[in-house]
Amino acid sequence: MSEKYKNKTLSEIVKIEQTKNLLRNNRREYNRGFLDYRDIEIETGSIEKAFGSATVKLGDTVVVAGVNFEIGTPFPDSPDKAILLVEGEILPTASFEAEAGPPDENEIEISRVVDRGLRESGMIDFERYVIISGESVLKIFVDFNIINDDGNIIDAANLAAVSALATAEVPSIKYLKENLEEVNNINIKEVPREKFVIKEIPIATTIGIFDNKIFVDPTASEEEVSDTLITFTHLSTGEICSIQLLKGGLTFDEVFKTLEIAYDKSMEIRDLLKNYGISI
Amino acid sequence: MAKEEFIRVDGRRPDQLRKYRIRAGVLKNADGSAEIRLGKNWIVVGVYGPKEHFPKFEALQDRALLFCRYHMAPYSTTERKSPKPSRREIELSKVIRSALEQAVILDRFPEMSIDVYIEVLQAEGSTRVASITAASVALAEAGIPMRDMVVGCSAGKVNGKIVLDVGEEEDKHGEADLPIAIMPNLKKVVLLQMDGKLTHEEFKEAFETALKGAMELYEEQKRALKELIEKMREFEGDEK
Repeated sequence: MSEKYKNKTLSEIVKIEQTKNLLRNNRREYNRGFLDYRDIEIETGSIEKAFGSATVKLGDTVVVAGVNFEIGTPFPDSPDKAILLVEGEILPTASFEAEAGPPDENEIEISRVVDRGLRESGMIDFERYVIISGESVLKIFVDFNIINDDGNIIDAANLAAVSALATAEVPSIKYLKENLEEVNNINIKEVPREKFVIKEIPIATTIGIFDNKIFVDPTASEEEVSDTLITFTHLSTGEICSIQLLKGGLTFDEVFKTLEIAYDKSMEIRDLLKNYGISI
Repeated sequence: MAKEEFIRVDGRRPDQLRKYRIRAGVLKNADGSAEIRLGKNWIVVGVYGPKEHFPKFEALQDRALLFCRYHMAPYSTTERKSPKPSRREIELSKVIRSALEQAVILDRFPEMSIDVYIEVLQAEGSTRVASITAASVALAEAGIPMRDMVVGCSAGKVNGKIVLDVGEEEDKHGEADLPIAIMPNLKKVVLLQMDGKLTHEEFKEAFETALKGAMELYEEQKRALKELIEKMREFEGDEK
C-alpha cells in the first residue's frame, strides 16, 4: 500500500484515490464526460521576440511554444530539404515532480511524438525553404515548454507547436537568394519576413483506459491511474500520421475503438483551430 | 488474368518475413540471454537478475524495477553512430521496457531489479521489434516468471502496398512504418507506434499483417527455447 504513494504529497494521494473512485463510478472531475476535452484556449504571438509563438491552455495544463529560424547546412542525405528540430521540456514550475536539468526519457518521448506529427504530416514544405541546394537551408526550431502540467501535455504541446508554426513569419527566401554573398553573415532577424507556409495540420489526441473505461484528454491524476495511454495524430484527410502507445497495453478491439474516438476528437479540435484562424 | 506479382527490393513477397533465427543461451555470464538474426539484423540480449537493487532508496517495496537499455553499436549502421545514447535510443529503451513490464511478473521480486541489455550489433530496419522478441526469450531463459511471451513485428506501406517486416531500404523510401509487439496468448498489444501516412483501412490491414508476422516469430521463440532445453538434457546425459 505505502509503495504506490512513494514521493507523493498527501494532496496528490487524495486526488489519485478520488480519481479512481470517480472513474469506477463512471464519472470525472467537474462532471466532464468521458469523451469531452477540457476547455482549450489558444493565444498566438505571445512571445514577440520569436518568429512565431503560441500559448495553449488545456484545462490547467499550460504550454508555450516558440518558432525560430536560422541558416544552416542541410543533412548530406537530403541536400534539398530544410531542417526541423523539435525539442520540449517540462519546466520545474510544472509540478511537484518536475525537475530542472537535462531532458529525461518522458520529455524525450513527448518531443519525439510531437516531432513525428509535425514531420510526417507534410505540414512543412521542406523543399521551399532551401537557399542553396546542398549548402544552405533554413533550420526550423520548434521549442516548447510545459509551464504547468495537469496531464495530456502531448495534445497541448502539439496544438502549441502547430499554432506557432501556422502563425509564424519566416525570413524571405527570395531576399536571401538575392543576397547570396551575405548569407553567411546576415542577421536573420533583420531579413524581411513573409508568412510561413503550412500545407497540413496534424492533430494529436491522447486517450486513457482505466478499469476498461475509455476516456479522452486525461488529467495528471487520470494519467497516473490509467492502465493505458495512447496518442494518435490525424491529418485533415482522416489519415493517421503517428501513433505512440505511451503506457500499458490494449486488446486488439481497443486499438480500433480508441483509433475511431481519436479521429472524431481530432475533427472537433480542427474546427476549434479554425475559430482562431488556423487552417489550411 | 494472373494476379499481379508484387516483388520487394529484396525479392520478398509482401507478406513474407526476412530470414530469421533465434538462439537462446548465447552468453555464458548472463542469467539469461538470446540473439536474433532477422535479415541482416543481429541483436544480442543479456539479462541480469533478479538481484538486489542499489542504491537502496530507489528500490520498490512491492515489486522489482525493470531496467532496459537499447543500444546500437557504432559499427551497426551504414554511417558510424556515436556510441553515446541518442534521443532515439532513449525513447526506444522506454517503449521496450514498457512493453516487457506488461509481461514480467515484477511483484514476485520486491526490492530487486532486473536488467535487460539489448545490443544491436548490426541494424537493418525494424530493430526495436526484433529486440523485444529476443529480450523476451532472454527473460524466459533467465527463468523469470512471465504472464506471456512478448513478440514484436513490423508492417509498413511501401509503394502503396502493405508489406510485412519492413527492411532498412523500405523504411527509408516507404510511406509508413508500424512496429507492434504483442502478448500472443493474452492477445494484448504492448508496443504500438506508427509514423508515415496510413488511412484507417490501411492501418487495419497493416496491423493484421504485423500480427501474422508476430505469430510466426512466436513459434520461432518457442523453438529456440526448446532447442536449448534439449541441448541441456543431452549435456546432463553425457555426465551420467
